[in-house]
Amino acid sequence: MSIETEHGSGVYLAGARAGLPFALATFVLGISFGVLACSLGWGVVAPIVFSVIAFSGSAQFAVVAVLGTGGGALAAIVAAILLNSRFLPMGIAVAPFLKGGPLRRALEGQAVVDASWALASRGGGRFDREFMIGATLPQVAAWICGTVIGVLASDVVGDVERLGLDAIFPAFFMALLVDELRDGGQTIAAALIAAGLSLALVPLVPPGVPVIAACAGALLGLRGRSS
Amino acid sequence: MTTLWVAILGVALASAAIKAMGPVLVGGKELPPSADAVIALLAPALLTALVVTETFGEDGHLVLDARAVGVGVAGLALALRAPVLLAVALAALTTALVRAFG
Repeated sequence: MSIETEHGSGVYLAGARAGLPFALATFVLGISFGVLACSLGWGVVAPIVFSVIAFSGSAQFAVVAVLGTGGGALAAIVAAILLNSRFLPMGIAVAPFLKGGPLRRALEGQAVVDASWALASRGGGRFDREFMIGATLPQVAAWICGTVIGVLASDVVGDVERLGLDAIFPAFFMALLVDELRDGGQTIAAALIAAGLSLALVPLVPPGVPVIAACAGALLGLRGRSS
Repeated sequence: MTTLWVAILGVALASAAIKAMGPVLVGGKELPPSADAVIALLAPALLTALVVTETFGEDGHLVLDARAVGVGVAGLALALRAPVLLAVALAALTTALVRAFG
């Protein structure tokens, strides 16, 4: 960006602080991922390696679901790609605010996770790069630590559904959504369109596709603008 | 066992590629104002879809179960400006209670 703002380490810290409650929720999700992976006989190493190199909750749970119901590796990969396809428009949105050449940008793009991306959104399509990276770090650490504890303590934790842990993921997104909706107006309209689209599509298309299709709700932003 | 490792490596590579694509292709270019207007509404649209699919979706169909009650309670708590962690904990607790006694 042309506007050179001196962003010190304070912004990374502020981002990390904002990401902390989400990191704690991520930690619990990591535990439930570890427990589920263990219950499928994945052993100890595989789930932890998976969390370290992919750090993607939705994609990893999708792989658990596909392999757990007898699906193959390709089906699991396709499911994960569909679920993570939302990171393409999210990555385009933050692209102008990242730094350096293609390699560094590719690396910085890895810091795009749902909570950090939403927290770093500054309205009008602007994003705070340092804040986003700062918010992602504790979440990645929490996801990996949670997975480790989940696989090691799977016998202690037991059935994650009985504990209601599967409600944590949507509640987590709800927290980010409620913040967005406080802007009112078009934001609420876009959310309603997205809700309608995703509800209608869930029974018709594979998981992940309703989420990416619901992005069409954001096209509402084109209305009321001079073309 | 190989199936698992192929899936793990494939998903990790695909995720990294998807996340890298936007930043590499767009580079440092500024997006046109119309794109900014759409991006500004991307977060509420995406987050709504994630809440809806994770609350009501199960194996390709819509279900209304304990999760919906839990997430509803979390939404209410958040609307009343409860902290994120409290809301998330309430969601899990409510869901567990509804499952146990519902």
